[in-house]
Amino acid sequence: MFTTDLSQVAASPPAPKGGRYEATLIPGDGIGPQLLEHVRQVFVKAAVPVDFEIVNINSRTSDDKEVMKAIASLQKNGVGLKGNIQTDHNQPPNHKSKNLLLRTKLDLFANVIHHKCLPGVKTRHSGIDIVIIRENTEGEYSWLEHESVPGVVESLRIITRSNSHRIAQYAFEHARKHGRKKVTAVHKANIMKLADGLFLECCREVASGFPDIKFEQLIVDNTTMQLVSRPTQFDVMVMPNLYGNVVNSVCAGLVGGSGLVAGANYGTKCAVFESGTRNTGKSLVNKDIANPTAMLLASCLMLDYLGLKEHSNIIRKAIMRTMGELNIRTFDIGGSASTQEVINSILHQIK
Amino acid sequence: TSVTRGFAGGIQTVTIIPGDGIGPEISDAVIKIFDSAQVPIHWEERNVTAIKGPGGKWMIPPEAKESMDKSKIGLKGPLKTPIAAGHPSMNLLLRKTFDLYANVRPCVSIEGYKTPYTDVDLVTIRENTEGEYSGIEHVIVDGVVQSIKLITENASQRIAQFAFEYARNNQRSTVTAVHKANIMRMSDGLFLRKCRDVAENYKDIKFTEMYLDTVCLNMVQDPTSFDVLVMPNLYGDILSDLCAGLIGGLGVTPSGNIGANGVAIFESVHGTAPDIAGKDLANPTALLLSAVMMLRHMGLHDHAKKIEKACYDTIESETVRTKDLGGNAKCSEFTNEICRRVRDQD
Ligand SMILES: Nc1ncnc2c1ncn2[C@@H]1O[C@H](COP(=O)(O)OP(=O)(O)OP(=O)(O)O)[C@@H](O)[C@H]1O
Ligand SMILES: Nc1ncnc2c1ncn2[C@@H]1O[C@H](COP(=O)(O)OP(=O)(O)OP(=O)(O)O)[C@@H](O)[C@H]1O
Ligand SMILES: [Mg+2]
Ligand SMILES: [Mg+2]
Repeated sequence: MFTTDLSQVAASPPAPKGGRYEATLIPGDGIGPQLLEHVRQVFVKAAVPVDFEIVNINSRTSDDKEVMKAIASLQKNGVGLKGNIQTDHNQPPNHKSKNLLLRTKLDLFANVIHHKCLPGVKTRHSGIDIVIIRENTEGEYSWLEHESVPGVVESLRIITRSNSHRIAQYAFEHARKHGRKKVTAVHKANIMKLADGLFLECCREVASGFPDIKFEQLIVDNTTMQLVSRPTQFDVMVMPNLYGNVVNSVCAGLVGGSGLVAGANYGTKCAVFESGTRNTGKSLVNKDIANPTAMLLASCLMLDYLGLKEHSNIIRKAIMRTMGELNIRTFDIGGSASTQEVINSILHQIK
Repeated sequence: TSVTRGFAGGIQTVTIIPGDGIGPEISDAVIKIFDSAQVPIHWEERNVTAIKGPGGKWMIPPEAKESMDKSKIGLKGPLKTPIAAGHPSMNLLLRKTFDLYANVRPCVSIEGYKTPYTDVDLVTIRENTEGEYSGIEHVIVDGVVQSIKLITENASQRIAQFAFEYARNNQRSTVTAVHKANIMRMSDGLFLRKCRDVAENYKDIKFTEMYLDTVCLNMVQDPTSFDVLVMPNLYGDILSDLCAGLIGGLGVTPSGNIGANGVAIFESVHGTAPDIAGKDLANPTALLLSAVMMLRHMGLHDHAKKIEKACYDTIESETVRTKDLGGNAKCSEFTNEICRRVRDQD
């Protein structure tokens, strides 16, 4: 049987030098620079022992060397925090998404997003607590397309045993480590019998090594229907790349939107943290209205990864108290506070 | 070319495929309700099971095909697709046989049937013939599988055209193209370009384009901001089910598969529900609302309106509801109540 020893695959967190850590910071486009500036403010106030190495790549970066520099920085530091880089989909195909380039070059194979209802945020469903583990490097995101005859485009979707196995293993280990009860594999194996069939087979194989965790499988269209009708039935979910994009978006919507959900990407060389729905929020730029929560929570995930749990706990508490008891919220979650007002309250809570 | 055609005048023949499991019960219910509304339709009943034709190719029985070729309009209950057996999904085979390239699913909140979402009123239009469902897959080397998503100019153009035409004929104001061209630049890019091209000819309809993930996000946050959505096969599969979930699930969601020259098969999208088959417990709403869609497609708007109203009113009154909608009425009781309300409107 095929086995994956994740301790040999996943990068381990970097060690501090002189008690301090260095992390790569990629501000990106849109609201990224503003929100990451707020993260730095909060880190200073909470005396977080992290120094940032800023790498300015964004949609205007045309030199691939700059992207390679960012990759080198992330490899060196082993950890990074990132705003999204906008992709203009009207550009020709050789103009590749830089976000995708970073993920694949660094082999950030596991995208992990925890969707949970937060204090003070009104949602249609209560009690949501779902972890989505998404394969982050292949599938529909393989960038293999060609026009075989004029007017006929073939887009190749690649599913491999090794990557499917690796992500399934990651999901089950995550479930066990966090005391979770069930892993649901999401697929479309009734149609893509070979590709999704392989993915499902890998999940089944790995599941057999985790008798303490229940394994279920569900077709992707039914999954989205179940999510909007009975989301509390789900615990940990694992799936190929594009379904992850869809299911994460549905879940983010269910718990209150893009401004709230943090995302983590773990790989063989480093870990990168970002907002869960990976958007640039270009309609919110320079208005001081973006919700800083998603990016701040992403920074907390980074601190957890570095073993700086005390710092992340202090920051998380300040965030939750601000949006919960203190009712200081941005517009997207029914409030009227500006980004700066939210940040001020958080800074004040940290003392 | 208009896709909805007037059938005004004489009695029209419609092919009815009752299907398996609860299929016959819910089909009977629809026929009964149509009788009570005196819909000028003659039903031609046909069974559809997969048979092997000459050369070993799977096909639908000739009697069913001939009936559909004549009538051009079908109403279909659920068909069993045995997972282990060799034959392909009959639903797929029907779509292929009659080149039903557009799957249309209106999602409208049902008054009186509470879900966390209210005032949903949108339509998903899914390209039904290509994309991820091309069925082309290879094992390149052991452990590496490639599946091919096929996007063509013709199919994209055709579905875009259908969506705008549908919007115009159904008094809808906006068409949104759903895509992922940031990642699939060429395939989804082609789809998108065709939508833009077609939009040029429909200046009365607003056109927008959105990423699939943004649609999912906004859909669960505020579905009322959407109108008509058009998209490639897989995205349509996923989004149409998601939207069905918003209004209460497959038991209440109608669907139509539409092809060239007005050929169409309307169907309930739920399964055969073997657990309740033959027990007079099934909810016929999804098939009935599909039949209502069919009436509109045939230009029988008055009958459509009358039956739809009776169905919604019955559900809203709460006294006669089937089990899946939280009541304890039998399928036959629910059906009789709708018939009564149909007659009362006269
Ligand atoms: N931090 C945030 N706070 C509040 N709302 C947000 C935040 N980030 C995103 N949103 C909202 O989520 C939705 C989707 O955001 P997204 O960034 O995808 O939009 P966009 O900027 O128009 O698209 P793109 O990602 O292509 O730049 C928008 O309505 C946006 O206003
Ligand atoms: N029209 C209906 N009225 C009432 N309950 C229904 C209806 N359709 C489906 N259900 C219920 O929803 C659940 C799933 O039904 P579904 O038909 O998908 O069954 P299935 O076992 O998946 O059948 P198939 O293999 O044909 O898809 C079952 O519990 C069934 O009783
Ligand atoms: Mg489906
Ligand atoms: Mg079923």
